[in-house]
Amino acid sequence: MTQTTPSGDNTLLQDTIPMRKIGRVERFLGPENYRVLQGMLKTPASIVGFILVLAFILIAVFAPLIVPPVGKNPYVIPRDGFKSDPQPMGTAWKRNAPEKPFWFALTGQEKWTHIFGTSEGQYDIFYGIIWGTRTAFYAGIIVTVSTLLIGILYGAIAAYYGGWVDMLLMRIVDVLSILPSVLAALILAAILTPLIGKSTLPVMLALIAFGWMGYSRFIRADILSVRERDYILAARVIGVKDSRILFHHILPNAIFPTLILASMAIGEVVLSFAGLSFLGVGVEAGYADWGQLLSFARNWITSLNTYWYIITWPGIFLVLFVMGWNLIGDALRDVLDPRMRGKS
Amino acid sequence: MPASYKFKKDEIPGLLGENELASFSARNSEIHPSQERFLLMVNYIIRRLMLVPLLLFGVTVLIFGMLSFLQPVERLALYMRDFPKNDKAIPALIAKYDLDKPMYVQYWNWMWGKVDAQGNRDGGILFGNFGYSRSASQPVAELIQRRFPATLELTIWAVAPVVLVGIWLGVQAAVHHNGFVDQIARIFSIIGTSFPTFVFGLLLLMIFYANLRWFPPGRLSDEFTRIVESASYHRYTTLITIDALLNGRLDIFWDAMRHLIMPILTLSYINWATFLRITRGSMLETLRMEYVTTARAKGLPERDVIYKHAQPNAMLPVVTLAGFSVVGLLAGAVITETVFNYPGIGSAAVRAATSLDVVAMLGFALFDGFILIIAALVVDVLYAFVDPRVRLS
Repeated sequence: MTQTTPSGDNTLLQDTIPMRKIGRVERFLGPENYRVLQGMLKTPASIVGFILVLAFILIAVFAPLIVPPVGKNPYVIPRDGFKSDPQPMGTAWKRNAPEKPFWFALTGQEKWTHIFGTSEGQYDIFYGIIWGTRTAFYAGIIVTVSTLLIGILYGAIAAYYGGWVDMLLMRIVDVLSILPSVLAALILAAILTPLIGKSTLPVMLALIAFGWMGYSRFIRADILSVRERDYILAARVIGVKDSRILFHHILPNAIFPTLILASMAIGEVVLSFAGLSFLGVGVEAGYADWGQLLSFARNWITSLNTYWYIITWPGIFLVLFVMGWNLIGDALRDVLDPRMRGKS
Repeated sequence: MPASYKFKKDEIPGLLGENELASFSARNSEIHPSQERFLLMVNYIIRRLMLVPLLLFGVTVLIFGMLSFLQPVERLALYMRDFPKNDKAIPALIAKYDLDKPMYVQYWNWMWGKVDAQGNRDGGILFGNFGYSRSASQPVAELIQRRFPATLELTIWAVAPVVLVGIWLGVQAAVHHNGFVDQIARIFSIIGTSFPTFVFGLLLLMIFYANLRWFPPGRLSDEFTRIVESASYHRYTTLITIDALLNGRLDIFWDAMRHLIMPILTLSYINWATFLRITRGSMLETLRMEYVTTARAKGLPERDVIYKHAQPNAMLPVVTLAGFSVVGLLAGAVITETVFNYPGIGSAAVRAATSLDVVAMLGFALFDGFILIIAALVVDVLYAFVDPRVRLS
């Protein structure tokens, strides 16, 4: 290192701390968010996660092109006959066949077959998987957004008012969190099914009813710390309304960690949804849903060695879907960990 | 500031927190400091105990709330076993059990039972009468009694692999931080959290049952079920493995174990990921502490540093997790039991749910709620004893 003598200008400083160019993206996002974004784009795990999720989004969006819909309701898997035994992969379509999709010509085959075989009752597995992707996104997003909204509103009210309101509201949360969530949702879904009919709705409602408590606890803790800041006191001094303080001053400053938590939850929600369908509550048999498709396998466990395709294909898609979200969530958690700050 | 202004607790000059304040007042009232923590502990336990009736009340209200979705006719199953065949008898029965009265009357009847003029009590969950299960055509309490030993047996055998192996994996990942073992553990943990229980269970069934014929589903093979149910066989505990050992029937013991292996593997696999993550995080934090550096500087062997100095202190958050996992198993592993046709309370709840037998389901929920509330109490109190840093106020 060369010896330098202090001079009046800051060339010395420039030499020791090389000035970084701040790009447009960084200026727009701010240093902290930019660091998070950079961290996410550098971790191999999160890249794999993004690719997986993107692939599933494409499958969901282009489902009608991958397998053209059959019948009035495209979410009902077409049945090729009524035989109970699953048929192997490559069996020819006889009845209710969807039109040949554009990509099928590329495979060089003539006959339009059951690519992944058929399940019990001749439901086409490939069709169920592709259209089931839409069900997974639909259920995952609706349940996550609803639980998030309920949780934020509830936690915000509890934290902002404090005192006995907080006490009462949080005890209610305690009570609702006692039962294991699978059991609670299972019961509520089974109660709601006869009332509102078989569809995705009962299971989604049940998952919403027993899924929001975590968010309300989480945001409550964050609001409690933001509430004590001086700018809130200042707002109160000049006579701002309670609701305005809560929604304009406190929530925007406390909401970010909860949103991150929610973004990681979609995979978990889809898991629970598939789990409940697998157990046999909610959607009717033949609905394009991965859990429901897997539940057919329950009748064939003694001969799964011959009928391996009825669990393998839906299983792989479900695992990859959830894994995509978990990989993103895991990387996010690492990047946001305060102890990791300063290391890019 | 007016002269009459009274300081609130947090505003006392010197900013005493509640802990300090408590010890401050304790010192001034001539209580020996060694008794101080004990008194705080008693205080904490009493306050924690007072929460229990509140939670129990909350759970009964929640479950009763779900019951109120049902038609009055369906709620008859809370009080009577046989559904009347004659439709004309139903309105009279509904009136008899107050099912057309306001909800608080019905709640009281549900809790306390309906006592008629002769002093006979129908229903009443406080007396252990959870109603009648239509799908199993027997009282729900009896159904729980019959199914619970299977769940208990599964829990007993699953605890060691779930908890101990999970912790061991976490410690190994932390010790080899960012090394090969850590990376493997990380991949394993992500796959573990992404694998749905039922897909993993079905895969096990495919490999070990359908292909290899090693481990069958269910609880016991038919030929041994006949022996176990025969008169000459003593059933001391109703836990098959333990009874088999007490009867000296190693063949029955081995058969029961063969049925338990796959559920245990599944439960372990889905729980390991969580244990691994929590233990690893806690252990990494502990290994950064200065006393660990001191221990190394003293020249202690690395094995002692890790297992004697670091690990015990890193276990505190894991203790809570372990407590709740074990209780979670006891409350019935719903999906695992269903996949393997294991006759515990989890699979019974699913059977009730799919046959829309709501009264039975809510009976299971009530039973689980009681277990979980008591267990949470035990875990909290134990934790306060184990960790001196827990805030008792």
